[in-house]
Amino acid sequence: MKEAELNRIRADFPNLGCQVHGHPLAYLDNAATTMKPRQVIEAITNHYRAETANVHRGLHHLSVLATKKYEGAREKVVRFINAGSEQEIIFTRGTTEAINLAASSYGGHLLKPGDEILVSQMEHHSNIVPWQLVCQSRGLRLKVIPMDESGQLRLDRFRELLTERVRLVALVYTSNALGTINPVEQIIEEAHGMGAVVLLDAAQTIAHLEVDVQELDCDFLAFSGHKMFGPTGIGVLYGKENLLEQMPPYQGGGEMISQVTFAKTTYNALPYKFEAGTPPIAQAIGLGAAIDYIESIGFAQISEHEELLRVHASAQLARIPGLRIIGTAARKAAICAFSLEEIHPHDLGTFLDQRGIAVRTGHHCAQPVLDFFGLPATTRASFSVYNSLQEVDLLAAAIEEARSFFL
Amino acid sequence: MKVESNKEMAELYQAVILDHYKNPRNFRKMDEQTCSHQGFNPLCGDRLEVYLKIGQGNSTIEDISFEGEGCAIFKASASLMTEALKGKNIAAAEQLFEEFRRLLLKQLDPDREPHHLGKLKVFSGIWQFPVRTKCASLAWHTMKAALEGKTGQTKTE
Repeated sequence: MKEAELNRIRADFPNLGCQVHGHPLAYLDNAATTMKPRQVIEAITNHYRAETANVHRGLHHLSVLATKKYEGAREKVVRFINAGSEQEIIFTRGTTEAINLAASSYGGHLLKPGDEILVSQMEHHSNIVPWQLVCQSRGLRLKVIPMDESGQLRLDRFRELLTERVRLVALVYTSNALGTINPVEQIIEEAHGMGAVVLLDAAQTIAHLEVDVQELDCDFLAFSGHKMFGPTGIGVLYGKENLLEQMPPYQGGGEMISQVTFAKTTYNALPYKFEAGTPPIAQAIGLGAAIDYIESIGFAQISEHEELLRVHASAQLARIPGLRIIGTAARKAAICAFSLEEIHPHDLGTFLDQRGIAVRTGHHCAQPVLDFFGLPATTRASFSVYNSLQEVDLLAAAIEEARSFFL
Repeated sequence: MKVESNKEMAELYQAVILDHYKNPRNFRKMDEQTCSHQGFNPLCGDRLEVYLKIGQGNSTIEDISFEGEGCAIFKASASLMTEALKGKNIAAAEQLFEEFRRLLLKQLDPDREPHHLGKLKVFSGIWQFPVRTKCASLAWHTMKAALEGKTGQTKTE
């Protein structure tokens, strides 16, 4: 990406211009959440400033307008991930709620005692715990696909585990703790061959790679708005229409009903059956604006720039004595987790913060990954399209300084 | 090479803290312990076990040691704690626990109020870093739980 183009993108993000402890911010915690461009902030502000109303209820002008914008956001999601129709897009609070919805409604009603669910060793807690809960309540069994030392899925072990008892595979597309991009196309094909459905956790993928649910042929896909330049409090569960039709509601309330009497209640059509209560209207509109924003840059440019950042960061970090990169899969996103001999991630995190560099330290809500590598915590730098190569250099130089300070 | 660093960093990571981090005192398992307890901070993974040997009519800490892994603040805090408590009677240890707790929360200013903190007052550097308070307090809470004979594990969360 040309410098002028990068500067133009950076100028869209007001928060990137702030000072932290007297230094310009270097925001390298994009896997936790991304910054928001003014286009998204304006879309949300405009809703509250000029177009506040509830959706699907009123006949009045503002309600009609809000409904149009809210449903317009759903249409944008349909296009963005190439879903079959609006019926397949359920708005949720985020990835976590999307997975809980699928686990509770699909796992809790369409799977039978003794059925098996496969997850991988590199899942985020949000793609482990909802399945554990449903396994406990329904007598299902959870099995784990192991990974190797580089943080790649053991496909040989996957094939051994994939028996006809496996009815569902819940897999992270891009690992937040390692950066590994899993061979989801292959997994989906083989799981389908055995008759199992596949849910993909695409939280770390959606802002970085083009996702086409029909080409992937995944059965469910979950992601969050706030990791793709949108607001918090909004996420999406994509599900194939025939599956969603078979699934009972997740929560009860207004909006999700067709007719209510004390004797019997009938449910609304898809996707409203799964959207009880007043939905996150402003957040959905913000998500729509975020999709427009991503499309205005284009995935070709995003992927190219992030790959440049990943390669540069890997090279710069690898040169630092005592630094070990955690996650060295052949196919990786621009997420660099590492450990540093003799310096604990929390001390390093504090040191970097004092220089205005924001990174994540800890277990990244993926404790089984850290257990596998025998580490209590790692430091993680995760990049987005607005990061520069200079910020990578700043990070590497500051880590060198930290070594002088602590050792 | 000592690099230029900002004032807050230098106040948090004073020489005595870095020294105790790199060379923790009483860093060993104790066979003749009379009580011990494990502590864990699930947020960052800091974990330790504190061992105590209580003697002389159940009132004096004859020996205290610890084992564990974690950040510099955590390890230095545990190491300095063992130095401060060895040979103290239990009432004095509990008083020091209370003073240290209040120091971390900025409820005790060591320059304005009489105290028994000694070297421990370096931890006032944490005032600028409230998110790190638990790193400094874990060892002390674990020690207190050991004294009180609690079973299980002490957690910061």
